[in-house]
Order: sequence, then structure tokens, then C-alpha cells
Amino acid sequence: MRNKLICAPYTVWMTLFIIVPMGLVAFFAFTDRSGAFTLHNIAQVGQYSNVFLRSIWLGAIATAVSLLLGYPLAYIIAKANPRQQSVLVMLVMLPMWMNFLLRTYAWMTLLEDNGLLNALFTAIGLPRFHMINTAGAVVLGMVYNYIPYMILPLYSVLTKIDPSVIEAAQDLGADSRKVFLKVVFPMSMPGVISGITMVFVPAVSTFIISKMLGGGGNLLIGDLIDMQFLGSAYNPNLGSAISLVLMVMILICMGIMNQFDDGEEVGGGMLL
Amino acid sequence: MKILSKIYTTLLFLFLYAPILVLIVFSFNDTQTSSRTQFSGFTLRWYERLFEDRYILEALFNTLLIAVVSALCATVLGTLAAVGINRLKKLPRRVMMNITNFPMVNPEIVTGVSMMLLFVAATSMFGGKNLGMWTLIIAHITFCLPYVILSVLPKLRQMNPNLYEAAQDLGCPPVRAFFKVVLPEIMPGVITGMIMAFTLSIDDFVISYFTSGTTQTLPIYIYTMTRRRISPEINALSTVLFVCIMALLIVINVRQSKAEKEQNEKGGTE
Repeated sequence: MRNKLICAPYTVWMTLFIIVPMGLVAFFAFTDRSGAFTLHNIAQVGQYSNVFLRSIWLGAIATAVSLLLGYPLAYIIAKANPRQQSVLVMLVMLPMWMNFLLRTYAWMTLLEDNGLLNALFTAIGLPRFHMINTAGAVVLGMVYNYIPYMILPLYSVLTKIDPSVIEAAQDLGADSRKVFLKVVFPMSMPGVISGITMVFVPAVSTFIISKMLGGGGNLLIGDLIDMQFLGSAYNPNLGSAISLVLMVMILICMGIMNQFDDGEEVGGGMLL
Repeated sequence: MKILSKIYTTLLFLFLYAPILVLIVFSFNDTQTSSRTQFSGFTLRWYERLFEDRYILEALFNTLLIAVVSALCATVLGTLAAVGINRLKKLPRRVMMNITNFPMVNPEIVTGVSMMLLFVAATSMFGGKNLGMWTLIIAHITFCLPYVILSVLPKLRQMNPNLYEAAQDLGCPPVRAFFKVVLPEIMPGVITGMIMAFTLSIDDFVISYFTSGTTQTLPIYIYTMTRRRISPEINALSTVLFVCIMALLIVINVRQSKAEKEQNEKGGTE
């Protein structure tokens, strides 16, 4: 009885401010303005399939780039001596503490048509490039903002790998490529999985990065939702339907990822 | 190989820090046209203007107030919840953990939108105030709670459960046993959770954006500044924030390594 009482305030709070709001999203998604049941909103989401595909596509590219760029750094940090490790980890975390609006704003300055990067290019004799307001700029913004979320989980998994395992592989005649592919990488899989989810989820649902770096031509799901609630196309019913679809999509992705992760661990356990 | 990895590390950190460096350099840029790309002399004008800007100061005050209130509330609520969850049986515990994890997994924008729907519905139903300070505080407490719980729970699991029972066997009433025995044991987790809640609250934009009404917080004000395209005060503000954060991190790091050293020495003598 007392145990329940201790949990009660929290349970009430989460019910009121997490579960009820989610119910409201579902309610708005399946009703029209007068409150009558309709499937119209959900059907309308189909019209925006290109926006969904673009978000998923750009988010996936950003996640892949973050993994490819972040893995070597996480590996290097994990191999450094302890003092260097803590400094390097702090350096990775420091930009994360800056407000991400400011970080994205900084890239606006750099990428503009007469921005700093173009000034640099002309200075060394290269032609100017049009970079801002392109899909590439949006991906760059995503990678820049979210790469620490890839590096940190990878690093924490890589530091936990027992060096004697790697030595054992080497003793058994594996070259460094084989050691990495057969030992280090499989053992770092939990870090890879959590890194991927921690980058992919915010990247898919962002609306600031696309607004600031993508101009008007690179609308993402987040922008669409923002427009329905606080923007020009005020329509909370459609906005709720889009949010619901986004949420279900993400939860399915996470479910698949977790399955994969658990399977990996069970497999490892059975092998042992 | 060593050189290669050094080059790689340098390049990646260049990528991470170049934009911030640009912001800092241009915060001292003296130009009337506020060109963002040409450096034409040193000035502190933007800093003066920043600290004279009533709206920024108000936004800063709101941000800090919300962060303090919501961090404190989330810490108290979350610690109690963690203690409760820790004592639950397996199935209800799983249910509670799923509810706790949900806001962390759910895209922020969906959380923000859903709370906005709730608050708008509540104001239209019960009348009263518009969205503002109170909705912001509720929203911030809500998204901070899971982080507090997840940093307190491991400490509770590490704790020897017999301690609490021993205190009770010796005649200590449960509430007092909690404050005298349990709380000191889990204090590091509680503090970590509170710091996390505080920083998350200060930094939050997406959820605040949907639940703030007309109230300005610092991130929301920054957002309106970036919409204006050219405002060198942003650079000054970034620099101030960056220096504060760096100082804070260095202090934490130094303290941590000192504590580790002391612990090592203690371990050596024992």
C-alpha cells in the first residue's frame, strides 16, 4: 500500500501530462473540426508521402555519415591514455552544451552564397558553390548537431572491450582488419545501435535545421507539423494525424532496432 | 598510423569547433552594415547592446526561473518515483519503466505538440490564463522527470536493501529511515539528476516552442533573432554562453579528477 503511495504522484503526473496528451493527439487525428469521427486526416497524410520520404532519406544519410565519421574518432578516443580520454570526451561534449539554434545559425554564416566558405574558396582560386538552402546543407546541419550522440555511446562501448580479447584474436593469427571486423565491430554493436537511434530520431523529426539551412524547398515532417500548429496552415487535426504517423513510425523503428540489439546479445551469450 | 589518427582527430574537431569560432570572432566585428562575413575592426558594441536589451534579460530571467523550479520539482517527484518503482514487483515495474522511457524515445516535436493540445484544451475548458509560464514549467518538469528517475534508480539498486530494514528494526520510522539512510546513499544520483534536469530545461527549445504561448525563454528569443537573419548580438550571446559553459565544464572536470585522485590515494593507503 505504501509503495503505491510513493509512486502515486508520479503516476498521476505522467498520466496527466504524457498519456492524456497522447490520447488527445489520437483523438484530434481521428476527428474533424466539429469533433465527429473521420479518417480524412489520416488519409490526407498520404499526400505528404514525399515529405515523409525526404525526411527519412535525409535522416538516414545524416545517420550513416555520423556513423562513418564518428566511429573512427570514438575508436581513437577509446585507445588514448586515460587523461587524454577525459579531455577528448569533454571536447566532444562541449559543442553539445551550446544551444543548437546558435550552432545551426553559425552554419548559416558559413554556407551563405557570399558567406565565409565561399570567400575562402575564391581566395584559393576555386569557384563559388551554392550551398545554403540545399538538401546537402540540411544533412550537414544534422550531422553537425547530432554527431556527438553517435560518438559518445560508441566510445563508452569501445572502452569496455577487454584488450585481452583483441590480443587473443591476434595470437590466433587474425590481422588487424580481421580483428576489427570479427571482434571489435561486433562487440561494439550495442553502441552502434544506440548511436543510430540517438541520431536518427531527432534528425527525422527536426524542423529548425531544415528551416534555417534548407530554405523553403526542403520541407521535412517537423516543418509540416509546425505549420499545422503554429504556422500558416493552421489545422491541428491534420497536424495530429501527421504527428501520430511520425510517432508510430519511430516506435516501429525503435522496436526493430531493439530486437536486433537483444538478438545480438542473446546470440553472444549462447556462443559463450 | 599514429599520425593519421591525430590528423583525423584534428580535422573532426575543426569541423566541430570552426562554426563556434566564427561566431566568437564575429561578435567583435565592428561594422554598421552588420555583414556577417567581413571583419572590419574590433568592437564591444554588440556586448553592450546585448546587456542593454530588456527582452534578452527578461528571457534570461524566465529561463533561469523555469529551470530552477522545474529542476527542483522534477528532482523531488522523480526521486520519490524512483524509490517507489524500485520496490515494485516485476510486471508493474516494467509498465512504469515503459511510461518513463516513452518521452525519451518519442520525438520531441510530438511531445511538444501533444502538450500544447492538452494546455489549449484545458484553458478553453476551465478558462483562465493562456499558455505561458505555468505551462512551460509543467512541460519542463514532465520531460525532465525520466532523466532524474534514470539517474536515481541505479543508485537504489546498488544500495544494500538490508540497511533500510536494519534502520527500521532499530525502531526508526520509515520516513526518518528514508532521510537518514536511503537519501544519503542515493544522493550522488539525485544531484546528477538535478543538474541534468537543470541543463535540459535551460537548453530546451522544441517543447518550449509549442507550450510557451507568448512567454519568451532564451532559446525562443534566440529563435526569433535568427529569423531576423542579421543580428550580431546573437554572436555576442553565443560567445558569452560558450565561455560560461566552458568554465563550468572545466570546473567540473577538475573537481572530478581531484576527487578521483583522492579516492585513489585513499585506496592506496588502506
